[in-house]
Amino acid sequence: MIPEIGQFSLILALCLSVILASLPIIGAYQNNFLWMSMARPLSAGVFVFLAVSIAILAYAFVTDDFSVKFVAEHSNSLLPDRYKLTAVWGGHEGSFLLWTFMLSGWMLSVAIFTKSMPLEFVARVLGVLGVLITGYILFMLATSNPFARIVPLPPIDGADLNSALQDFGFIIHPPTLYMGYVGFSVVFAFAMAALLSGKMDAAWARWCRPWANVSWAILTLGIALGSWWAYYELGWGGWWAWDPVENPPLITWLFGTALIHSLAATEKRGVFKSWTVLLAILAFAGSLLGTFITRSGLLTSVHAFASDPTRGFFILAILGITVGGALLLFAFRAPLMKSEFGFDLVSREILLLANNIILVVSAASVFLGTMFPMVYQGLTDDLISIGPPYFNAIFIPLMALLTVILAIGPYCRWKRTSVAFLVEQMGKVALASLALGVVVPLIVTLEFSLAATIAVALASWIVLAMLQDIRNKTANKASRLKGLRSLPFSYYGMQTAHLGMAVMLIGVALTSAFSTERSVLLAPGQDVGLGNYVFRFEGAAPINGPNYVGEEASFTVLKGGEEITTLHPERRVYLATGTPSTEMAIDAGLFRDLFITLGEQKEGESWSMTIYVKPFVRWIWLGAIFMTLGGILAAADKRYRRLRRRHTEPSREQSKSKPLGGELQASS
Amino acid sequence: MKPHRRKKLGIIIFIAAGLSVAVGFTAFALKQNINMFYTPTQVAEGEVGSGQHFRIGGMVKTGTVLGATNSLKVNFVTTDFVSDVPIQYEGILPDLFREGQGIVAEGEMDAKGVFQASRVLAKHDENFMSPEVKAALDASGASAENHSPVATN
Repeated sequence: MIPEIGQFSLILALCLSVILASLPIIGAYQNNFLWMSMARPLSAGVFVFLAVSIAILAYAFVTDDFSVKFVAEHSNSLLPDRYKLTAVWGGHEGSFLLWTFMLSGWMLSVAIFTKSMPLEFVARVLGVLGVLITGYILFMLATSNPFARIVPLPPIDGADLNSALQDFGFIIHPPTLYMGYVGFSVVFAFAMAALLSGKMDAAWARWCRPWANVSWAILTLGIALGSWWAYYELGWGGWWAWDPVENPPLITWLFGTALIHSLAATEKRGVFKSWTVLLAILAFAGSLLGTFITRSGLLTSVHAFASDPTRGFFILAILGITVGGALLLFAFRAPLMKSEFGFDLVSREILLLANNIILVVSAASVFLGTMFPMVYQGLTDDLISIGPPYFNAIFIPLMALLTVILAIGPYCRWKRTSVAFLVEQMGKVALASLALGVVVPLIVTLEFSLAATIAVALASWIVLAMLQDIRNKTANKASRLKGLRSLPFSYYGMQTAHLGMAVMLIGVALTSAFSTERSVLLAPGQDVGLGNYVFRFEGAAPINGPNYVGEEASFTVLKGGEEITTLHPERRVYLATGTPSTEMAIDAGLFRDLFITLGEQKEGESWSMTIYVKPFVRWIWLGAIFMTLGGILAAADKRYRRLRRRHTEPSREQSKSKPLGGELQASS
Repeated sequence: MKPHRRKKLGIIIFIAAGLSVAVGFTAFALKQNINMFYTPTQVAEGEVGSGQHFRIGGMVKTGTVLGATNSLKVNFVTTDFVSDVPIQYEGILPDLFREGQGIVAEGEMDAKGVFQASRVLAKHDENFMSPEVKAALDASGASAENHSPVATN
């Protein structure tokens, strides 16, 4: 009975979404106050019913209700409770419910945190989101009902959650990634609302910016968590595989990054207006593409859900209707968007444009590499795959170029910057970074690597330029501290995110250049050297977990003859499915990770294993954490809050408040 | 030409130049990095050129997995139920590598007709068959359902 309430709740959510998708938008056209004001309560209603739905699914998992097909397929009575709860997103149906629930959560936040915006605009934003969520719930009810029952004979026990998913990473990665992904639907809805209203002034960009920044920050974190999880769970020491399912989040992220920069230019200077709208559409399309690829089963990847073609077709239809409709609307409205064009060839606008071109080109090349095998197969029936070298060959030079301009951007003024000023400011920074790039890797590692030199030089370029910029900006204040406090959050947000880029760059380059690994066969008591470390195999012993059995090996790691740590990799077999699984042992450090994966037992007591030393690998995720913080700091900037307070008094002066961004900029 | 027009033109040329460099570079990189996929039957019939780096996919033939006892070398046979191809791999196989399971291997054929794999991929979801393996089985006429691990379990 209870699962049926979940489904019923889903249907109620659908009814409310259909109303939300129609009345407020129509109301906005006819200036019908009542219909427009229904948008907020309807969004709250959709959220409540979806919350009930997902809570009931979780309840079915926790109470081992194996008559529900989805539960029977993804859980087992032996599964620890935390995984029972999170097995909700362990398969296609439940994870789509989570995705939809996340969207309703964003809708609720839009309903709550938009008190400062005109009702007409909010009604349109929520209406567009209502259209999306109607499509999602319909999809769920039509093709992937998580509450479907097994009748008449439910199994006694469930098939268990995929053993690779029984891990902490699984608890946090999917919700974070989805939340970031779905956040770009909100940005998309803002862009659509602006297009629908036909008022393409800078106002929508200002309203949209905090939402775009937060979505971007969460998406960054979600991708980084996925990378971190793959690193320690999949057991080959890799942190990015250019897997067809890793790529769409990256594509979305690249478009999203372009978007948050382009939004800045649109808000502050009223330029690139139509381009910004297009980016919002593209970022959203990227997020739907990710859903399509994982759920249609068209590509081979570790993420693919067991699939059926009607689902792929349905999602393709949602993608076609929403993105196609958006582009059509864009085509009709684009002539209305007159961008001012008052800037010189050396100006912040141009650098932001260059940033956008590089990011969009990278996104397009990743897209091409991801989709090419599929298209090729459609045309020739031959199966092909595109290897990581393709992606590396394109992506790395583009990112290097991006880093070069990234450091210059904050120096440039809007409209015009003199070249002499830039040379004066950046000349010393450039020389110092080059010197650091050559010297630092040599001192630290005693070997020359071009990749490391370039990376350290570029990272120093970012960091030194940043320090100098902060010094410039605080120079005229009474004291340094006062100067630092006078800088707005958005400035700190930008610099923190840029610093994250430098940190990540170091991590990626040094890990790629200096990682070492060795596959060996060791008997107890034997040891093997790798770099400065000696790994001694102490032996293996049987262990018993709650839902698995296995063997645990012990290693002692020595450096310079001294014991520094012990490591315990495992090899498990999960009881319900008989699936084997390796659990890596990692000794994590800021400057290096030591990493062992256990293979199998060979002759006698000896085991096969792979040992890795991975310098600076943590910096990759540390960089992403900085970026996330940066995005959140920027969204927390005072001026958004100040605006809110201002607009709580009823005001119809939206368009007149346009120069405000400029004023605040000047005052900072 | 008016100055702002000239500026606009400059930007357009800049974008076009950047785009064409990017497209050219991308096409080149793409061409260099395509791995063709072959089924065991195609390999047995000699469709693969010598020295070509490619992917092969099929089921791991039951009873053929032989691990060396004193090294990390593993030999096994992959099959599409029509033709067999022996594969040698040195290293640790993925968790889900098992007899009767679909795999995809990447590498090249050596002079003795053994596929030297540099990478072996097995699926993480055991109920799901990779489209490549499925295509290989379909092509050989052996229906995926009859031989899928789910049905034989």
